[in-house]
Amino acid sequence: MLSTNGSRGGAGTHAWCGISSRSVEGVGCGDPRGQRMVVPSLKLQDLIEEIRGAKTQAQEREVIQKECAHIRASFRDGDPLHRHRQLAKLLYVHMLGYPAHFGQMECLKLIASPRFTDKRVGYLGAMLLLDERQDAHLLITNSIKNDLSQGIQAVQGLALCTLSTMGSAEMCRDLATEVEKLLLQPSSYVRKKAVLTAVHMIRKVPELSNIFLPPCAQLLHERHHGILLGTITLITELCERSPAALKHFRKVVPQLVKILRTLVTTGYSTEHSISGVSDPFLQVRILRLLRILGRNHEESSETMNDLLAQVATNTDTSRNAGSAVLFETVLTIMDIRSAPGLRVLAVNILGRFLLNNDKNIRYVALTSLLRMVQSDHSAVQRHRPTVVECLREPDASLSRRALELSLALVNSSNVRAMTQELQSFLESCPPDLRADCASGILLAAERFAPTKRWHIDTILRVLTTAGIYVRDDAVANLTQLIGGAQELHAYSVRRLYSALAEDISQQPLVQVAAWCIGEYGDLLLEGSCEETEPLQVEEEEVLALLEKVLQSHMSQPATRGYALTALMKLSTRLRGDSNRIRQVVSIYGSCLDVELQQRAVEYNTLFQKYDHMRAAILEKMPLVERGGSQVDGEAKESKEAQLSETALVSTEPQASKLLDLLDLLDGTSGDAQPPPPLDPSPGGALVHLLDLPGAPPPPPSIPNLRVFEREGLQLNLSFVRPSGTPALLLIMVTATNTSGADVTHFICQAAVPKSFQLQLQAPSGDTLPAQGGLPVTQLLRILNPNKAPLRLKLRLTYNHFGQSVQEIFEVNNLPVETWQ
Amino acid sequence: MNGRNESCRVTEGGGGCFMEGRVGESEQIRFILIQNRAGKTRLAKWYMQFDDDEKQKLIEEVHAVVTVRDAKHTNFVEFRNFKIIYRRYAGLYFCICVDVNDNNLAYLEAIHNFVEVLNEYFHNVCELDLVFNFYKVYTVVDEMFLAGEIRETSQTKVLKQLLMLQSLE
Repeated sequence: MLSTNGSRGGAGTHAWCGISSRSVEGVGCGDPRGQRMVVPSLKLQDLIEEIRGAKTQAQEREVIQKECAHIRASFRDGDPLHRHRQLAKLLYVHMLGYPAHFGQMECLKLIASPRFTDKRVGYLGAMLLLDERQDAHLLITNSIKNDLSQGIQAVQGLALCTLSTMGSAEMCRDLATEVEKLLLQPSSYVRKKAVLTAVHMIRKVPELSNIFLPPCAQLLHERHHGILLGTITLITELCERSPAALKHFRKVVPQLVKILRTLVTTGYSTEHSISGVSDPFLQVRILRLLRILGRNHEESSETMNDLLAQVATNTDTSRNAGSAVLFETVLTIMDIRSAPGLRVLAVNILGRFLLNNDKNIRYVALTSLLRMVQSDHSAVQRHRPTVVECLREPDASLSRRALELSLALVNSSNVRAMTQELQSFLESCPPDLRADCASGILLAAERFAPTKRWHIDTILRVLTTAGIYVRDDAVANLTQLIGGAQELHAYSVRRLYSALAEDISQQPLVQVAAWCIGEYGDLLLEGSCEETEPLQVEEEEVLALLEKVLQSHMSQPATRGYALTALMKLSTRLRGDSNRIRQVVSIYGSCLDVELQQRAVEYNTLFQKYDHMRAAILEKMPLVERGGSQVDGEAKESKEAQLSETALVSTEPQASKLLDLLDLLDGTSGDAQPPPPLDPSPGGALVHLLDLPGAPPPPPSIPNLRVFEREGLQLNLSFVRPSGTPALLLIMVTATNTSGADVTHFICQAAVPKSFQLQLQAPSGDTLPAQGGLPVTQLLRILNPNKAPLRLKLRLTYNHFGQSVQEIFEVNNLPVETWQ
Repeated sequence: MNGRNESCRVTEGGGGCFMEGRVGESEQIRFILIQNRAGKTRLAKWYMQFDDDEKQKLIEEVHAVVTVRDAKHTNFVEFRNFKIIYRRYAGLYFCICVDVNDNNLAYLEAIHNFVEVLNEYFHNVCELDLVFNFYKVYTVVDEMFLAGEIRETSQTKVLKQLLMLQSLE
């Protein structure tokens, strides 16, 4: 069908618009005298060929500039006969990206001309060159008005089309009555266009709904598919804009049901059949309208139940058209108050989609299942094996959704099997999913671990596989966990020792191992532990390993700190002489790293002056009280690999209390460390992992918002309304960078409407290291005493990939809870 | 794309912001693009207001996003706050930008419908047909889509109307 190198169609291309026809007056190019009479004017076809013949960009520009000069001259001289040809050429040039605003006035003239040829080009020009921002656009209003009322269908069609493409609010107001008249005209060609033009007008000027609502009832009786389609769209638009309209149109639900039923069973006409499905577009539209009407309304939902079941079972899904209809049906079923049996049917349909060969269909199925995993958990669970299969998809967007869904489906009965699957996925998945996968596994393990030993094993495996992608507090959590499992101390320290001996590059693993060895070194050397293979470890080996960690260039400063402290602790745990340790510690007394130096000096002193206290100070640590907020708040969808908690510490304690949403453990410590913000999926669903029966319901929270994403740089907003001050809104802006290059000189500024007061606190930094490094956070305080609707505009400037970038945008979809 | 790009900047049109969507805005088509693999635009139909340089930027971005995908990817791409449904026919990419909540599969069908009409109308259409008759292609688009919605779905009817318009020349 389509081929790039085919020749142009024969005669068809020339019987066209008079532009390429007959004569070109003109002597050839470049009349040296440049006088008015004979202006060489290329045919459109010739111009196109010339442009295509240009070998370089510069050449093309030259050709075009020359031609534009001619066109400009011709406009100036006002030749009415060939104006349309000139404008057509100009439009072509415009489509290639060159400026063409000097043609705007010509559009007006052409529209006003009586000839159809002129009008056609003129209106096209208006659609391409004129928009609301130019003042000139209002001048066509009159012409459109005339054309709408003069009765030639094609001309009316042109006018309506243009109006619906670029009609501004003023134009719509002026022309509303004209369009309304056309709604009930006999010609279906015109009515089709008029109905959709009405849709556009309502979008621009919502008050016009009053004019366009009454005709709908009559239009619904149409048999013409095009008009019906437009009418349904119009009704949908009206209902979405006004609750009163919605109530009004609930009356027509039975009629819609009848129309759809006829479509599905017999169909109005065969010429609308696509792949054996009669007018799938109309079906989809009706289904969507039914969805809007049936939402939260028992009676309407009930009326639709049978029909939905019928469509769901009778639609032929061997081709995409049928699947599209079926998909829309499923969406509708899920959204209205449908019978439970119907809902199960819907989920099963999605499950079937997951097995489909077509990846598009699998994609929409995964997306929808994700949206309903909370409300219909058990139904979705049945398809878990299929979902897990989808983890192996080559397309990243599919595997990502499969990951999210899989994590949402983990529960106490399937946790072992699921974790197994997820672990193997973690080993092979693309880097940008690793962080989510790792934190997801850790979170699931946290919630559902059947035994502590399994838990430790799981965390260990995650750390060895994807150590650099886990969050900072994973280390703290693991040490906490091990510390609390007394019977497993020996086991843990052995496993960690073996892991560390193999690989000292994964920082979280190294840190935990170092800590563990420091704490339980005596158990390591004792020799036997039933749960692991017998391991004979000499004191010297242990010390050597820790020294290796200390000296390695791969170790971060924090890791070194762990190692040094561990060495120090071992001085009381080991039976042998502590001279070697003493030596190492004193060397580090002159280390360049201030933190390390300080520790070393202190430990040195401990050896010398305070030796009598050493044993007491270095005793085994008591169990640390966990601030429950940290891990519970870790949403598997959090894109930040390491959260910078320090930046948030300075926020008000009230804020942190509200952010402890998912706190399972009572009595959270006064620890002002809020959990990281939850990142909603694009579908808008907030997946609460902890939303199980029996768990205390989380206090109402404002969902977070991802407002910006570009080349790996993402910006998230999280909101808090402290309960004491209703007019105050705190916004935490978090910027993360998962790309391969650093982002530097990052500055974020914000603007709000006048009635608000905005205060920006200092950001935590201005550099975002690559590959999921430390995010930058910034707190915005917004006072909204008038409870006006919040609007927020953000301006970002930064350097990334060697380029300086500036982005200005308004934040959309701000939740209403931020200002109500 | 062409050498015509500026460094990434976003301009503010008078009062309008980049891809501004009001809360509760309806679901509709935002724009339709036909591009070839090299990034040359063969058709650009906008159902939202943009400045010229915003349009250029969008075209370049769509091109960048769509051309790196191959057969193992789905036909849907998330793009800013919206999504693009696209399909490749020979050397041309047909892209429709819609809202996140729209039915992907239905719009995929719409693209195919549109391409079949083009095929009928131009008798085995090829890219050059679209180039030399760019004006006609806009007419076809306007017959099938209006105000960001699907307008006429019957290929027979559309072709009849196109021939009628043609006869008025």
